Amino acid sequence: MKTWSALVGLLALIASAVVPAAAQDARVEAAKKEGKVVWYTSLALPTAEKIGKLFEAAYPGIKVEVHRTGSQRILQRVMQELQANLKLVDVIHTSDAGHFVLLKEKKLLMKYTPAGVDAFPAGFKDKDGYYFTLRATVNVIAYNTKLVPAAEAPKGWKDLLDPKWRGKMVTAHPGYSGVIATHVLALTQLYGWDYFKQLAQNKLMLVQSAVDPAGVVASGERQVAVDGGDYYYYQMKKKGNPIEVVYPKEGVPLVISPTAIASFAPHPNAAKLFTDFTFSRELQQVMADSEGLYTGHPEVKYPSDKPKLSDLKLLTVDPEELEKRNEEIKSKFVEFFGA
Amino acid sequence: MSLARLRGLDRSLPVWVAAALALVVLMALPIGWIASLSVGGDAGPTFAHYRRVFADPALQKALWNTIVLAFWVGLASIAIGAPLAWLTARTDVPGRGLIRGLVMASFVTPPFLGAFAWVMLAGPNAGLVNKLWRSVAGGDEPLFNIFSMSGLVFVVTIYTFPYVYIMIANTLALIASDLEEAASILGAGRLTVARTVTLPMAAPALVSGFILSVLQALALFGSPAILSLPAGFHTITTQIWTFFQFPPKTEMAAAFSMPLLLATALLLLVQKRLLGRRGYAAVGGKGGQRRTIPLGRWRWPALAAVLAVMACPIFLPYAVLTKAALSRAWAQPLSWDNLTLANFSFTFFEYSATQAAILNTLELGVMTACVGAGLVVLLSYVTSRRLVIGHQLVAFLALAPVVIPGVVLAVGLFIAYTRPPLLLYGTLWILFIAYLTKEMPVGYAQTDATFKAIPADLEDAGRILGGGRLRVLRDITAPLARSGVIAAWCFIFIGVIRELSASIILFTPATKVMSVVIFDLKEEGQFGAIAVLGLVMLAMTFATVALVQRVLGRDFLGARE
Repeated sequence: MKTWSALVGLLALIASAVVPAAAQDARVEAAKKEGKVVWYTSLALPTAEKIGKLFEAAYPGIKVEVHRTGSQRILQRVMQELQANLKLVDVIHTSDAGHFVLLKEKKLLMKYTPAGVDAFPAGFKDKDGYYFTLRATVNVIAYNTKLVPAAEAPKGWKDLLDPKWRGKMVTAHPGYSGVIATHVLALTQLYGWDYFKQLAQNKLMLVQSAVDPAGVVASGERQVAVDGGDYYYYQMKKKGNPIEVVYPKEGVPLVISPTAIASFAPHPNAAKLFTDFTFSRELQQVMADSEGLYTGHPEVKYPSDKPKLSDLKLLTVDPEELEKRNEEIKSKFVEFFGA
Repeated sequence: MSLARLRGLDRSLPVWVAAALALVVLMALPIGWIASLSVGGDAGPTFAHYRRVFADPALQKALWNTIVLAFWVGLASIAIGAPLAWLTARTDVPGRGLIRGLVMASFVTPPFLGAFAWVMLAGPNAGLVNKLWRSVAGGDEPLFNIFSMSGLVFVVTIYTFPYVYIMIANTLALIASDLEEAASILGAGRLTVARTVTLPMAAPALVSGFILSVLQALALFGSPAILSLPAGFHTITTQIWTFFQFPPKTEMAAAFSMPLLLATALLLLVQKRLLGRRGYAAVGGKGGQRRTIPLGRWRWPALAAVLAVMACPIFLPYAVLTKAALSRAWAQPLSWDNLTLANFSFTFFEYSATQAAILNTLELGVMTACVGAGLVVLLSYVTSRRLVIGHQLVAFLALAPVVIPGVVLAVGLFIAYTRPPLLLYGTLWILFIAYLTKEMPVGYAQTDATFKAIPADLEDAGRILGGGRLRVLRDITAPLARSGVIAAWCFIFIGVIRELSASIILFTPATKVMSVVIFDLKEEGQFGAIAVLGLVMLAMTFATVALVQRVLGRDFLGARE
């Protein structure tokens, strides 16, 4: 708790230093009048709530309404609400980059470039300036160290097809999670749909969120997770759970999670302030340190007990492709895995 | 008919008509929209959606899974509910009050909480029961895999059998013992008596209980979503829910809702026929003694068996929820370093959805219960006193929502209220309407029974002395019906706070309720927070139950203390 309040104080100080004071004051005043920012986010719940609380501490008087659910559910919510002409959301953040292609095309995003993203790598930015990658993670294999000796643990994606793992593995769902939708596309580009068809022969347990396999493996309900964002495994491991992460040599699917402001945002000023805040070096550093995420910020330092993004062979997917094949990814997965 | 009486009627007539009309709108709008959308096409009416739905092998499988689930739940509920009812109604088993209390507890426990708890108990590998089994029996095989059809049947059954219990217990209490005694005098053994006399007389109640259990199983959403999806299979309700994923296929959801709607309606019709047939003169006779059957040396073993059964819906799940709420890692033993209050502080102070969800739930619960109790009082008064033409139709409509599973109702309401003139989606009102419609039959059944038990002559006396209908209702009938109305209020309230299947489709972020938040957390695997919120929900439920007991001086299932 102590480090927390120190951090909050630091952030408050720095928040005021990002933008020239006078302009900043006017923005903060406008945002305060709006009173809150509504954030649909697919970040793991504790992480999302923590970021919300940090913002509230840095800008007293502006509340962050955190609505956390899976990427696909977020898109469903946004579209379902618009269908009923409801304009509720300010900031949309999912792990399915394809969503932002779709939302931009439907003119549902506001053009806004957050402070400090110029230095981000090209793959983290929309060239037209509508959405920017807030954080990134990679899909990995994870296993329970109490149940699987390191020597017998799977080393690569194809090891998971071994019948010895039958009934012992868990996967998250691309119909819920953008991390997993990205993962499925990346691996089909590598191995074709055949890979998942064979994987399904091993009778996997199906969970929804990409953070849930970590809990399933930690509890020992299943020995091996065949996917899931490495950041949550990292957090669980830090908490003392018997989890080890495997970064397959064939490459790990890189998941970029963009964020954007809705064109119809009911609290546009608070939304901009919040977006800037999440891209500040300090907050990006928080995500790297305690959450185990990767970011596009060039000055962020990463924990030494985690591989650098540059050390990994990354499998990337094209957001346009992800958007186009969204339906196919979901229906094929359901066809193979049953639900 | 005197002039005064006519005038009195006239003045109150609009109230009755308005109540009846409100009912028609509540019912007709969603069902009408489902029907129309299911055949709606760009070029006029079409059966294309039906063809697509029923030709799809995956959807056929979901349909079949639902049938299998419902059938086995029906049978298993009878296997548990009937003997329990017999034991408490007819024998001298010790602790009958306790047993009834436990049955009632399982009746009011939200089934999705039970399903969640059983994931921790009987997950094939980490489940605590299975771990215990392995440490005793050795080997790798689990005792029971909850992520399976049999697991689903099991969990649904342990929260459904109270329906059978209530039907049978009430019937057995009405069957006079003299027929059974006559049979014994003629030389029949105990088993023969049970087989040839008691069982045939209880048969309609058995079939009826079977049908009620089947209906429950058909309509459930939470338990299948928690147990069948991880195992890789769908039921109708979970499938309908996935039709709402982007891009939404509302027409398919509407078309796929129809079989569920028709099956429910058909089953209820059968049940009505069965109970309506008055060929069982010996049941319900007022004369005759009901003698308790002494169990002799089987008394205590019988109680032990009952408690073992009741461990499944109550003791084990409640214990594991409490444990998970207090643990860092739910699957680890509750040692000192695993003990924590962090789940509570996270749920109440860090997780920002908690407070709003609890408030929304309470607000909706109180509002629906108040309006709902008021409405069912008016409606059942109309039908029991035959105040308007077509009062039979009103009675039918008030009970009709029973045939609409929550998911189907939600589909209808979503279609109806996401377009002008009534844009209610995004407000608490759409949830309010869903809950009001869904809980109406329960409340109506309660107040209808209450009014039928109040003789009309007291009211007539009031009318003769010059009171109008409404005044008589307020000053004479209402005070007499007070406890019945409060019971209706509580039934509706308990139904609302646990509702998931309609809420999961109708909520928006600002209108999340507790059940939706718990489901959200489940999808992310936040076990500690779910356990905490689950305990809060149980506390709210049992506080209401306690209230009913105090007010009525009897328990939920109708037994006086």
